[in-house]
Amino acid sequence: MTAHSPPAVETSGLVKRFGATRAVDGVDLRVPTGSVYGLLGPNGAGKTTIIRILATLLRPDAGTARVFGHDVVAEGDAVRGRIALTGQYAAVDDELTGTENLVLLGRLLGHRKPAARTRAGELLDAFGLAGAADRLVKTYSGGMRRRLDITASLIVSPELLVLDEPTTGLDPHSRNQVWEIVRALVADGTTVLLTTQHLEEADQLADRLAVVDRGKLIAEGTPGQLKASVGAAALHVRLPDQGQRARAERVLAQALGVPVQPGPDAAALSARVTDPGRVVGALVELAGAGIAVAELSLDQPSLDEVFLALTGRRAQSGATTTEDAA
Amino acid sequence: MTPTPATAPDPVPHRPVQVTLPARARPPRPSALSASRTFGWRALLKLRHVPEQLTDVIGIPVIFTLGFTYLFGGALAGSTRAYLDFLLPGTLVMTVVLVTTFSGVTLNTGLTTGVFDRFRSLPIWRPSPIVGALLGDVGRYLIASAIVIALGLTLGYRPDGGAVGTLAAVALVLGFAFALSWVWTTLGLVLRTPTAVNNLSLLVLFPLTLASNIFVDPGTMPGWLQAFIDVNPVTHVVTASRGLMAGTATVGQVGWVLAASALLTAVFGPLTMYLYRSRP
Repeated sequence: MTAHSPPAVETSGLVKRFGATRAVDGVDLRVPTGSVYGLLGPNGAGKTTIIRILATLLRPDAGTARVFGHDVVAEGDAVRGRIALTGQYAAVDDELTGTENLVLLGRLLGHRKPAARTRAGELLDAFGLAGAADRLVKTYSGGMRRRLDITASLIVSPELLVLDEPTTGLDPHSRNQVWEIVRALVADGTTVLLTTQHLEEADQLADRLAVVDRGKLIAEGTPGQLKASVGAAALHVRLPDQGQRARAERVLAQALGVPVQPGPDAAALSARVTDPGRVVGALVELAGAGIAVAELSLDQPSLDEVFLALTGRRAQSGATTTEDAA
Repeated sequence: MTPTPATAPDPVPHRPVQVTLPARARPPRPSALSASRTFGWRALLKLRHVPEQLTDVIGIPVIFTLGFTYLFGGALAGSTRAYLDFLLPGTLVMTVVLVTTFSGVTLNTGLTTGVFDRFRSLPIWRPSPIVGALLGDVGRYLIASAIVIALGLTLGYRPDGGAVGTLAAVALVLGFAFALSWVWTTLGLVLRTPTAVNNLSLLVLFPLTLASNIFVDPGTMPGWLQAFIDVNPVTHVVTASRGLMAGTATVGQVGWVLAASALLTAVFGPLTMYLYRSRP
């Protein structure tokens, strides 16, 4: 890609209303080619609506959206020729077999029947579905169905692969497989735009993230930048002698300039550090006061904390889903 | 089909996922006809996997042809054999017309799954999913027609129009049914549930089929009813099919049906497509 080629996705002032609700409320989004871009937000934040506009399934009420430079309204056909969409609900026919589903799509994408069959066989084989190729999809497990669904987007290499909550409802094993597929595609040059409520997923996969809340982008950047902009890393300290905890708490609070909380057990302390540079100094102070340290960690805040800091609310659905999956 | 339970464990791949990536060059975009044919193939595959979908196509012609012939034959025409000559083209029309409601129900059911989202995001001729499904439905109408004709022949019906007249009548009925299906696809896109689509379609179809010349000559009916029957398209389809099967059809009779079919398609085809395209 040359420096002058248009970004994979570029929207400006995008608005979509459903009745009185502004599902998408002035979104400016820019997805560079060749990256994995994540839209992170709770249920109903507007992620799916943004994706449906990009896939030409919905017309925006205001603003513009371009995919590789092609307007989604005026040049819908050019956009459809460059993207593949795997929606939130399995977009495969339950009443057809795995092979038939893929042959159908292969034919629709212009392959002749023998080529469509060959391609279907290759993909089913690659995704561990060869054994189920001739079974009706309604007998598939959730993980198999999701894999077939993603496979169906790869019959011809899309330039932009759009995945709406690709791992919702999957067991950890299947989820890892989906992540592996996404990484392999990106390595080959496909741009991936995905939505997720899984904070962990965004952290694992995305090169850049936009946090979506109530139809607006409330933050944008790399996962690292987002965490840094929240301004806090978490310092966790464990002492070999719990009798020293009260004194250690005072020393640390003074050296770090932030409140220090007792940790989960009687020998632990933790603090949200605004300036990680002061941590080393604080440890020196501890040593100077004759307080030994058994364990120590300085963690970046979780994306859950990022969401809390940005919106003042917890990402309820996201938090529960992550816990469920863990 | 293997009777595998839905909870079957995933067959774990023997090796890590290997994305076999195709060449960047895409095959040429399929023509409108080719895409529609592929969707027709999809409809027929579903019939093969779920033959229960043919229940109405088999049940309705059998019940109507046998039921009406033996119920009314003796009373209305003196004998079942004599009534059959009059009734059978009407049964053919009624059967096929009633079976058309399926197209709206199928479309509505399909829209609630994610499959149509994928179809709508493909670079293909946009009406092809619906046109293809209706072409698949014509296969169903053909099965229903064949059952009516075969039953009629078994019961002793011998059309004066011969094989050519009978086939022409079937072709005319299929053409009208295809056109009428666009009304149901429109309903399928407007209404929210498959049940609502089914109920409303039947609510429209019952008066159209009962208040027609399918069962009896409307000559003895009150004037206001005759006026309705005269403008009822089903009446005209029955008249033209009866004419074709008896070898007495006029250009006017057949032309009326062709014009009505063209009009239905011209109005409800684009309306269906407009609704399909602008669906949220």
